[in-house]
Amino acid sequence: MAQNPAYKELLPHLFRQEYAKMTAVLCRHFGLKHIEIAEDIASDTFLKASEQWAIDGIPSNPVAWLYTVAKNKAKDYFKHESIFESKVKNGLTPGTYSYETGFEFNHQIIADSQLAMIFAVCNPANTPESQICLALQILCGFSVEEIANAFLSNNETIKKRLYRARANLRNNNFQIHNLGGADIEERLEVVLKTLYLLFNEGYYSKSGNQVIRGELCSEAIRLAVFLSGNPLTLNTKVQALIALMYYQSSRLSARTGEHGEVILFDNQDRRQWDSSLIAQGHYYLVNACTGEQISKYHLEAGIAYWHTTPADQNKWPHILQLYNQLILVEYSPITALNRLFAYAKVYGAARTIPEAEQLQLTDIHYYHELLGYLYTEIDTFKAIEHYENAIQLTKSPVEREMILKELGRLREEKI
Amino acid sequence: MKEFALIFRLKDIDDFRPSPEQMQERMNWLANIAAQNKLVDKGNTLIPAAGSAKVVGKDKMVTDGPYTEIKEFISGYIVIRAENIEEAVELAKGNPIYKVGGNIEIREILKRD
Repeated sequence: MAQNPAYKELLPHLFRQEYAKMTAVLCRHFGLKHIEIAEDIASDTFLKASEQWAIDGIPSNPVAWLYTVAKNKAKDYFKHESIFESKVKNGLTPGTYSYETGFEFNHQIIADSQLAMIFAVCNPANTPESQICLALQILCGFSVEEIANAFLSNNETIKKRLYRARANLRNNNFQIHNLGGADIEERLEVVLKTLYLLFNEGYYSKSGNQVIRGELCSEAIRLAVFLSGNPLTLNTKVQALIALMYYQSSRLSARTGEHGEVILFDNQDRRQWDSSLIAQGHYYLVNACTGEQISKYHLEAGIAYWHTTPADQNKWPHILQLYNQLILVEYSPITALNRLFAYAKVYGAARTIPEAEQLQLTDIHYYHELLGYLYTEIDTFKAIEHYENAIQLTKSPVEREMILKELGRLREEKI
Repeated sequence: MKEFALIFRLKDIDDFRPSPEQMQERMNWLANIAAQNKLVDKGNTLIPAAGSAKVVGKDKMVTDGPYTEIKEFISGYIVIRAENIEEAVELAKGNPIYKVGGNIEIREILKRD
């Protein structure tokens, strides 16, 4: 049997791109209760592709081929499985879809189904972590193993989490079709939060796996851009979030060194920043600022914007002001600590230390890292003490290595 | 944790419009409280300008102000969370209002609901 190497490259790519959409469209017919059936059919379709393309080569229109096969498989399923008659059919709202007339994969149906699926997955009935896991699996086509890698967790834990999350979805009786304006309004907030967390999971991921991290980020961007392409879900918050993601992404490859070590902002090679992504960020940020609304995404995108600009005397005061507003919008320990970093850049370490110590976030490693950094020029012993605390608290090997390096430098200085 | 209202008073109406630097100091102070997760409500500013401030007094007599004829006027308020009034006082001490001769009244809140 002649092996065609081209299909082996194409298929994983298509899987990533089309599997989730296919599942979404199928789910529109089966209902979320039967998401497993939809996923089985989609998986079967890709399995068939891998078998047949290996023999016959890649068809002239691979995507159309996949959807035709999926459609036929679904029709076969409807015909042959009595479960449709006995279980599914009664569960469908009368008159919404029949497999004879409604079963098509066109651009509009795919887009609508995907939108509905995004809103179904981002269900507040699940915890944020579960939502991200589900989003990765259902919307992005990640395997359990890939999700486990991204979360630095094991397959069993992720499986359990997904199982519970899916059960919640089923019991929640969420209607995947006919989303109204009010539903969208209500859920968009949760959707954006999930995409934001998805992106952060990739951007700040503790896993050393660069490929998965990059994919998490680009999946988050893909879904957010998808939302901005639909008039129902296009608002300035979505645009601000996209701007934030593009700005952050522009530095992704500069953030890690050859061996996966984190390179801090100040030491990054700016030539490695992706200027086309920065330009995309500008585009979305400008559009995001056309309304009255200032969300936390606006503020964070503003901060990310200033990070892409060369150092000038206004840069850090601007960043500090944005952090000042951000902490008023939503308290989080990380925002509080990042704000202090900006504060130190404006007012110096000596003025920042008392403010930092007031926070008393002693169980967060970044708190000690920040104090270690602030004390470096002022009191080396205190700096060492805080860095040692940080090492105790961090779970990331990459970070531990970075702190150890700094500790080594400080101890040498003392000798 | 208890809740306290911090009520800001100014002496000079000119201080009501802060310079950018004063504004920044004020924001830094407010953000510092939020960073300790002690901000309950960032409150509001009470405009003392003509047309925005009136007093209904004795016998429902309406007068302008407060902004000219009295020594002090309330310029705004926020609500914070603190262990006790001493801590609320400490937090209030960092406000830049004292640089212009203003003051802050601290009042524990008893919720009606």
